[in-house]
Amino acid sequence: MRTGTLFDPIEQDLHTDEYKINMGPQHPATHGVLRLILTIDGEVIKNVEPDLGYIHRSIEKICERDNYRQIVHLTDRMDYLSSHINNEAVCLLIENALEIEVSDRVKVIRTILDELTRISSHLLWWGVMGMDVGALTTFMYGFREREMINDIFENTCGARLTMNYNVPGGLMWDIYSGFVRDTKAFLKHFKPKLKEYNDLLTDNIIFRKRTEGIGVLSKESAIAYGVTGPTMRGSGVSCDIRKLFPYSAYDRVEFEEIFMQGGDTFDRYLVRMKEMEQSIHIIEQLIDNIPEGETLEKTRAVIKLPKGEFYQRVETARGELGVYVISDGKKSPYRMKFRSPGFSNLSVINEIAVGHKIGDFVAIISTLDLVIPDIDR
Amino acid sequence: MGYFSDIIHGFKTLLTGMKVTGKYFFNARKEIITQQYPDNRDTLTFPERFRGRVDMPHNENNEHRCTGCQACEIACPNGSIEIIWDRVLNPETGKKKKAIEKHIYHLSMCTMCNLCIVACPTDAIVMTHEFELAAYDRSDLTFVLNKPGSKLMAGVEE
Ligand code: SF4
Ligand code: SF4
Repeated sequence: MRTGTLFDPIEQDLHTDEYKINMGPQHPATHGVLRLILTIDGEVIKNVEPDLGYIHRSIEKICERDNYRQIVHLTDRMDYLSSHINNEAVCLLIENALEIEVSDRVKVIRTILDELTRISSHLLWWGVMGMDVGALTTFMYGFREREMINDIFENTCGARLTMNYNVPGGLMWDIYSGFVRDTKAFLKHFKPKLKEYNDLLTDNIIFRKRTEGIGVLSKESAIAYGVTGPTMRGSGVSCDIRKLFPYSAYDRVEFEEIFMQGGDTFDRYLVRMKEMEQSIHIIEQLIDNIPEGETLEKTRAVIKLPKGEFYQRVETARGELGVYVISDGKKSPYRMKFRSPGFSNLSVINEIAVGHKIGDFVAIISTLDLVIPDIDR
Repeated sequence: MGYFSDIIHGFKTLLTGMKVTGKYFFNARKEIITQQYPDNRDTLTFPERFRGRVDMPHNENNEHRCTGCQACEIACPNGSIEIIWDRVLNPETGKKKKAIEKHIYHLSMCTMCNLCIVACPTDAIVMTHEFELAAYDRSDLTFVLNKPGSKLMAGVEE
């Protein structure tokens, strides 16, 4: 037994134990139902273990049952913020496998909608990012602009999130008559807002202090973990599928691939902010000259892919989405696999979060921009 | 940067942000996007392509355009549509023809993907603009889309 006086320096003898806490599944800062098991020592994170499976819906297995037309709408439910781009990935795969050449009109419309989707996804991320570090205002501002994009989507295809506007061979319908007008109105409205966002959050001293130098992801580990998208480009690695393997109309527009060198939370933030500018730039190049043409190529009533393996990649708002199909010549795939960006981006979390405080951890997962149904298909 | 210039810079960035919020505080009416639902229920407008739920329009003679071809049933990814059909004798031609008895639609399973609407060769079904679809009982979510006693509109086939 130990005796002591009142003035003993107790820290010497007091050691703290590590303990585990659950973050999620129902935790507002995980943006969905992600369960993270944190091992912490006081406030400092020692280990992060993601526990997946909470909203697993076995989409890949359902794909083996459904026919190729039906598969498209399931991808809405993966990364619901990039649903149009997900749909496009499956449609491109089917079109490439069947050697269908869609018209220029389809390509341009798809690209414009892709970029609108990207802006809307980044806007949501921006709003939620601010909220995660304690700035509730950004949430309202981000959603305000996003509403205009959602209205365009709703007019185009009748749905705001789960669009299902792409079908194998083209688009479900032509664009609505006011599409060009509304998109231009949105761009005009949105451009000055970006400056407002920067005034509001990017330059804010508290936000800077909470993000700069936090969660540094080195180039090497970014490559090793297969991270893609803005998260990877924040570490200065080129990985933009739109540039490297252009699809749809991306080969005819010019835009910049945004890089930052630091790889910390703030750099990942900046990449997304600047990507929104580039998206505006892309839409501006296309919106005035949407070519005339068919919006739907003729396909057979029952689509059957030839025997073999097919892969198609696209750049969603979060990174590379890969669709892999093994076909045995029947009307549904033998095996379907999605390489989702969120899953690889999540895997790096242990690498970059260890050693930080819990409060910073929230900022870190926020800039990984996770959409949980995308991770857990 | 020095201690004091750091503080001054910090305050400046906070004030820049507050300028933005201040602008909207005093011009609150300018960019309102929220709606006063349900007060504005009567004046709500919907885009033409809005996907509410599947329905089958009938004309004033209680006639619909559904031939019972089952294309929608096959197109539906989750079995939300069931067609019960029979062959009935057409008194004019004396031939037996396919006709629907019931076009059953399970709203509880529908994902609003629109594939059935696109698949229908005779445009017999449409998406309505209804959106308040919640119900207290699960059985309230199953609809028979063809009205009782309805029959096929003349001239839809061929
Ligand atoms: S909208 Fe889609 S899920 Fe609903 S009934 Fe039609 S095909 Fe089936
Ligand atoms: S609704 Fe249309 S697709 Fe469905 S059975 Fe009737 S005619 Fe055929």
